[in-house]
Amino acid sequence: MKIAVCVKHVPEGQSRLDPASKRLDRSGEGALNHFDANAVEEALRLKGESDTEVVVVSLGPAKAADSLRKALAMGADRAVLVSDDGAVGSDLVATSKALAKALERESADLVLFGQQASDGDGAVLWAAVAERLHRPVVSQVTELTLQDGSLRVKRQTEFGYDVIEAPLPAVIAVSDAINEPRYPSLKGIMGAKKKPFETLSLADIGVDAGEAGEAGSKTEVLALGEPPSRGDARKIEDDGSAAQQIFDFLAEKRLV
Amino acid sequence: MSVLVFVEHHGNELQTGSLGVLAKAATLGDVSAVLIGGGVKALAPAAARYGAAKVHIAEDDSLEPPLPQPRVDVLAKIVEDGGYDTVLFANSVLAADIAAGLAARLDAGLNWDLIDVESRDGTLVGKRPALQDSVLIDVGWKATPRLGLFRAGSFDATPKETGQAEIVDVSADYEEHSRSAKVVDREQEQSSGPSIEDADVIVAGGRGLGAPENFTLAEELARALGGAVGATRAVVDAGWYPYSAQIGQTGKVVSPKLYVALGISGAIQHKVGMQSSENIVAINKDANAPIFEFSDLGVVGDLNKILPKLTEAVKAKKGS
Ligand SMILES: Cc1cc2nc3c(=O)[nH]c(=O)nc-3n(C[C@H](O)[C@H](O)[C@H](O)COP(=O)(O)OP(=O)(O)OC[C@H]3O[C@@H](n4cnc5c(N)ncnc54)[C@H](O)[C@@H]3O)c2cc1C
Ligand SMILES: Nc1ncnc2c1ncn2[C@@H]1O[C@H](COP(=O)(O)O)[C@@H](O)[C@H]1O
Repeated sequence: MKIAVCVKHVPEGQSRLDPASKRLDRSGEGALNHFDANAVEEALRLKGESDTEVVVVSLGPAKAADSLRKALAMGADRAVLVSDDGAVGSDLVATSKALAKALERESADLVLFGQQASDGDGAVLWAAVAERLHRPVVSQVTELTLQDGSLRVKRQTEFGYDVIEAPLPAVIAVSDAINEPRYPSLKGIMGAKKKPFETLSLADIGVDAGEAGEAGSKTEVLALGEPPSRGDARKIEDDGSAAQQIFDFLAEKRLV
Repeated sequence: MSVLVFVEHHGNELQTGSLGVLAKAATLGDVSAVLIGGGVKALAPAAARYGAAKVHIAEDDSLEPPLPQPRVDVLAKIVEDGGYDTVLFANSVLAADIAAGLAARLDAGLNWDLIDVESRDGTLVGKRPALQDSVLIDVGWKATPRLGLFRAGSFDATPKETGQAEIVDVSADYEEHSRSAKVVDREQEQSSGPSIEDADVIVAGGRGLGAPENFTLAEELARALGGAVGATRAVVDAGWYPYSAQIGQTGKVVSPKLYVALGISGAIQHKVGMQSSENIVAINKDANAPIFEFSDLGVVGDLNKILPKLTEAVKAKKGS
């Protein structure tokens, strides 16, 4: 069996939009989107001791290789990075097209996504990718079991929990409560350097320049503004007196 | 502008979020609604009262389970046949997956997390808070159809006394992959205990509590303050606390006088359920946690050290 996991390299710390390009500033340090660690973990759990191959796939800048290496260090077998200047500024339509093309080459039995990208908070990409791959999709999955050729999952909606069954191949987005991701071991980190790592251009996966990046995008950011402020937010560091300070705040607001 | 709004229903109730979007859309131009599932024809008059001039009905019991992909087939057909240039959704687990699937099917632009939309000289402009709500951006679409997904609670809607809509039946052809997932069981929420929606004080716990048994820390403080206990989805999904206590996009929306957030990172999906609380106090050991951006008093520290002392102080005050 083959499981593909889509992972994103996201800016670390406080993100900002670049006023000139109106795009997310990706020049600083980045890291594996922590929600995607849950998807990698789930793939590794499903693999267990079997001969299943776990391949991690990302679309992003050259530095996204770090996030893929982290997934390899956790235990994934192989990495594919689609990196191309022509993909800069891709929106949902363009990203889903490129990712679907990269995934088509893998024809995995199961494609896993994380619950959301912590920079864009879209929580939508899987549904677009699944549509392009013509595969069933279920999101917000908190429990997943495989049984000969199909899967059974549990997911939360606004009304409680649904249990859903779907045949493989399928696309699943997991919730951050599905598991506790492992930390890469030292051995894992060393081993990751020797694992197969493929870097591809858009041309390699058969995506035309006009279908990617800004040219292939159907949405745009027109202007940046300030959000309404919430007034006098106060932040303190606990030096042993925090409980008293919270109590004083409650007393001042007549809440105790 | 010809706008189509996906109106979600649960049982025989239309969801208030989609009705809000419908009412908003009616201010932009001609608006049609689409209802998909079993028994939805009976719900069409309600959609008309919120501004729909036309209601597309895909009445089919086999479509009643809340799965996105057959709904993409229905919407794609309506958009193509009806020439709609704009399709709007109120965010939900179901609607988000439909919107993104439809975007891929039609190669259309989707702007999500919108809180408002306006027509500027005939051009549609969306308002969207981004990066943990640290900026508010104007977003647009470079082509039609334009797809938009609105954040929960963006619009209040009041129905008109009467409303007439033309009813149009739709039948779509389904893609093979669209109908292969099946809902085999549904566990509906059973509300137990006092409702957190009515509480003046809510003490909410997240994954930072560390273990299910540590919810007693939240419960003790809640008891001392005379309040109720809330939870994040992460801990509800992990089975630490019941779903009826969940606050956020897929849970309850609350606005108590006091909201105490314990070990909660403050993801947008949690924030939308509690941001209108009068006073927000947060304890989190990570100084960069987003929750601090919207707390009146944020404490960077370990809740295990702070909580017992705080609960004692509140109890002592009560006793005095
Ligand atoms: C479609 C969708 C719908 C969603 N709906 C909801 C919803 O309705 N409600 C909801 O809550 N979420 C919802 N989410 C999930 C949301 O995005 C977050 O994943 C979730 O809110 C995180 O929960 P958390 O804050 O408990 O956990 P985490 O994000 O893991 O945060 C735990 C926090 O605890 C802190 N911490 C750890 N130890 C300590 C300590 N000893 N002392 C103090 N602080 C500590 C950490 O610094 C961290 O900030 C939804 C997501 C999606 C995609
Ligand atoms: N550039 C990318 N490359 C690979 N996977 C991605 C990328 N962006 C997002 N994803 C995946 O899609 C999920 C949801 O992302 P989003 O819809 O952008 O919030 C993430 O958790 C990842 O699994």
